Amino acid sequence: MDYLENKYFLIALTFIVFYLAKLLQKKTGLVILNPILVTMILLISFLEVSDIDYETYYEGGKFIEFWLKPAVVALGVPLYLQLESIKKQLVPILVSQLVGCVVGIVSVVLIAKYMGASTPVVVSLAAKSVTTPIAMEVTQALGGIPALTAAIVVCVGIFGALFGFKVLTWGKVGSPIAQGLSMGTASHAVGTSAAMEVSGKYGAFASLGLTINGILTALLTPIVMELLGLL
Amino acid sequence: MIRQCSILFGCLALGELIVWLTGIKLPSSVIGMLLLTLFLKLGILKLEWVRGISDFLVANLGFFFVPSSVALMLCFDIIKAELLPIIVSTVASTALVLVFTGWTHQIMRKNGLLRK
Repeated sequence: MDYLENKYFLIALTFIVFYLAKLLQKKTGLVILNPILVTMILLISFLEVSDIDYETYYEGGKFIEFWLKPAVVALGVPLYLQLESIKKQLVPILVSQLVGCVVGIVSVVLIAKYMGASTPVVVSLAAKSVTTPIAMEVTQALGGIPALTAAIVVCVGIFGALFGFKVLTWGKVGSPIAQGLSMGTASHAVGTSAAMEVSGKYGAFASLGLTINGILTALLTPIVMELLGLL
Repeated sequence: MIRQCSILFGCLALGELIVWLTGIKLPSSVIGMLLLTLFLKLGILKLEWVRGISDFLVANLGFFFVPSSVALMLCFDIIKAELLPIIVSTVASTALVLVFTGWTHQIMRKNGLLRK
């Protein structure tokens, strides 16, 4: 059984499972079969069944996780490419992003706090709307539980992709730009991919929402949490 | 490839430096991202100098956080203990973000058009 703890085996397993999970989603077209979610469930099941602890898995996993930070830096390229479209609608986009960002942090934190969640959990929920690398970094910087944030973020993304457009229709948000923007703001890359399936225009504004809310959340979460007296 | 990595990790290292110098509570990677955008905008860096690796990393963003999502197995107990607050706050907040972002954008655009 010792071989199963070999870090190169665990790295290979992570690649293979993720590849198959992506293939599965492509074949079925089901949003709920999000590759990250499927890979997470399969890997955790495998580790539990073969009695391997997380620290052992992380010996291999850390080499994959290492690329998170450079990948976030690389988001600077799509941001640069979208500078022109941002400029054209700078004020509406910035203000709606600001509102979305603050509403997202304050509402999740207050509801969780009111329902009796403990402080580390409340802190870990604050950045739930943005893409995982950024959300995890925010949680880490604030002293929450990054692993919990990662799981929540994936769930938020899947919820947004499944029900986002329905919620927007109920809320009488009809304009394509506003809908796309909202999908990216509320449910990051997973919501963006759902918007991309509707049309490229939806997708472009969703990725704009994901980028700007990512930056705003990284910048504002510490301040908002401080104002709410939670730090 | 080496040039692409130099630029990407250079921006990240600058981000780390800024965090180290100022003690700011911001991810170094987000600062690095803003620096990269700034350098591209100012023309200090050319897009094709970073294009290959940055496209690869952005396209596979999801994969890089698989190991951290597996860390969920470490917090089964917390989630079990606080399942209801976590689910209710997350779902309600996500719906609020969707609607408020959309409303604000629609109202701002409408007013903008009227003024013109």
